[in-house]
Amino acid sequence: MTLPTIEGLVPPTAEEEAEAWRRVQLARHPQRPRTLDLIPRIFDDFVELHGDRSFRDDPAIVGGPALLDGRAVMVIGHQKGNDTDSNIFRNFGSAHPEGFRKAQRLMRLADKLGIPVITFLDTAGAFPGPAAEERGQAEAIASSIKLMTGLEVPIVVVIVGEGGSGGALAIGVGDEVLALENAVYAVISPEGCAAILWRSPEAAPAAAAAMRMTAADQLKLGVIDSVIAEPGEGAHVDHDSTAAALKSAILAALGRISRLDPEALLGSRYARLRGIGLHRETEVAAREDVAAPSLRHRIGRRLHLPGIPRRPRWSEIWPSSDDGENNEGGA
Amino acid sequence: MPIKFPFSRRRDVSAETWTKCPSCESQIFNKQLERNLRVCPTCGHHFRMSVGERIDLLLDDDSFVERDAGIEPGDPLGFHDQKSYPDRLEASRVKTGLREAAVWGTGRIDDQRIAIAIFDFRFMGGSMGSVVGEKLARCFEAALAERIPAVVISASGGARMQEGTLSLLQLAKTTAPLTRLDSAGVPFISVLTDPTTGGVLASFASLGDVILAEPRALIGFAGARVASGTVGEELPDGFQTAEFLLEHGFVDRIVPRAELRGVLSRLLRLLPVARLEAGQAGESRGWGPIGVLSGIAERLGGAVSDTVGIGVESGTNGDPATSREESER
Repeated sequence: MTLPTIEGLVPPTAEEEAEAWRRVQLARHPQRPRTLDLIPRIFDDFVELHGDRSFRDDPAIVGGPALLDGRAVMVIGHQKGNDTDSNIFRNFGSAHPEGFRKAQRLMRLADKLGIPVITFLDTAGAFPGPAAEERGQAEAIASSIKLMTGLEVPIVVVIVGEGGSGGALAIGVGDEVLALENAVYAVISPEGCAAILWRSPEAAPAAAAAMRMTAADQLKLGVIDSVIAEPGEGAHVDHDSTAAALKSAILAALGRISRLDPEALLGSRYARLRGIGLHRETEVAAREDVAAPSLRHRIGRRLHLPGIPRRPRWSEIWPSSDDGENNEGGA
Repeated sequence: MPIKFPFSRRRDVSAETWTKCPSCESQIFNKQLERNLRVCPTCGHHFRMSVGERIDLLLDDDSFVERDAGIEPGDPLGFHDQKSYPDRLEASRVKTGLREAAVWGTGRIDDQRIAIAIFDFRFMGGSMGSVVGEKLARCFEAALAERIPAVVISASGGARMQEGTLSLLQLAKTTAPLTRLDSAGVPFISVLTDPTTGGVLASFASLGDVILAEPRALIGFAGARVASGTVGEELPDGFQTAEFLLEHGFVDRIVPRAELRGVLSRLLRLLPVARLEAGQAGESRGWGPIGVLSGIAERLGGAVSDTVGIGVESGTNGDPATSREESER
């Protein structure tokens, strides 16, 4: 079976595998600038606000109003730590539901005031523990995504480190999505993907390459709009120049989308999301006996006319089969 | 798996006629299991259902019309683990007779018309890639354009890894139309069945105006093994079951399978699509009786746009045109 593919994306070579894994390591580098390292270098003023007004303040997500070249904006980002203590405090940047609900609260405030939202993505993923489940991790992510699809203000998303699955996307729906050169974005961690599909955590580099996590590949897939170059070996060697490059990229993106009125903005955001994915339309011979039975079929069956087959039940067309556990797809 | 010939008289008696209940371990005669809607007569364990069985269970006879049956996935990443993605797709197709992990169409429940999407867990774990996301989005857009309620029966392990971030972004693609259903006053009922986890739960499935679940269904964000493995914590009793979610306020009702059709029917009656105010235009204008009338009125008045609502069949590019024209008016 041949399926449509995207040009330039062919099974990765061993070198590409090593390269993808190198980028993952850079994205996770302990000295990589975090959201709170970048904010003072990009914005002229920033007041951090705390709490989701419902349960507690989640230190894994930070945010508040800031000034960008004299213009008020709302900044929200995942926050990892720089050492063991701060990482424990920040839960390694993995948010609980209350983190996403804090983000939602700040976005609603931005919407109310008509100021743009800028988000920084840097998380291995939403926290998967029992407490997070109890408080509705899935609902928190889902409602964050939904809120962002309807915000009537411009949203610029920047993937600065790890873009880890639903926990990243929860604050990652934007009109323009930028990524630092060594940032990565994936539907599941390479370790998780390797454990499920390769049944071996050692296959993480292969999984990283297969998932096309790098910023350059994400650009080809149309998931992000542009890649911001990092200094030297990577952002960790020079926080200042990384922030400067980020600032001009954010300003340029804002300039492009701020021209749109709210209706056009929502329309183009919707079209952007609606267009993501690869599929093809094929004509399937209509099963006129079941799908939309014709008048001939309906009357014929009622009168038991010869030559009109009995209408099969849908459960005869798509019956249950004995299935073993099948977890080869989902994340 | 042996190939089954429906007309063959020879049957492998031991394997084909009895099923062991994984919950109470009693042996159930397969015919009886089917008659009992694939619910264990001894302990009430709900076995998984195929898309076809769901359609027969929930919808009026002869009412289901499948839409977009021919959408097929691509292989955007050239993904290859121990098997290639196209091979895995082919294996699922052979196993299930389906082309993808979800089917959508229109149908009726007690004569009430709905747009409905149904997952089949046997197709690559019910995982959501580009095609499933596209089908869900079109299902919601049809509900919007035709002003009929949307119903989704979920059974999914989450986003499909083999399509990478394209699958992740389906969370947003399927959620965006729900914002429009809100402003248009069109209800959406989400039914969670065993299992509903990962990216499907973290998007539209958690956003129903009403959320129903089947008894004891596994429902959670992260797999239970991940949850306990990551934090090394004891998991609470009944963790990630439908009952757990009901207790914590994330599900409205747990509905045994035999009652599901009835409860859906009552809810559809109790939660009608909002009536349009006279002259209300924009996305919420649709094909319902009032929508058509106001459409005609507008056409007579000369304020005509060629794009009415969201093109159901127009695919990905139907929409910018709509919003552009609206902003020009």
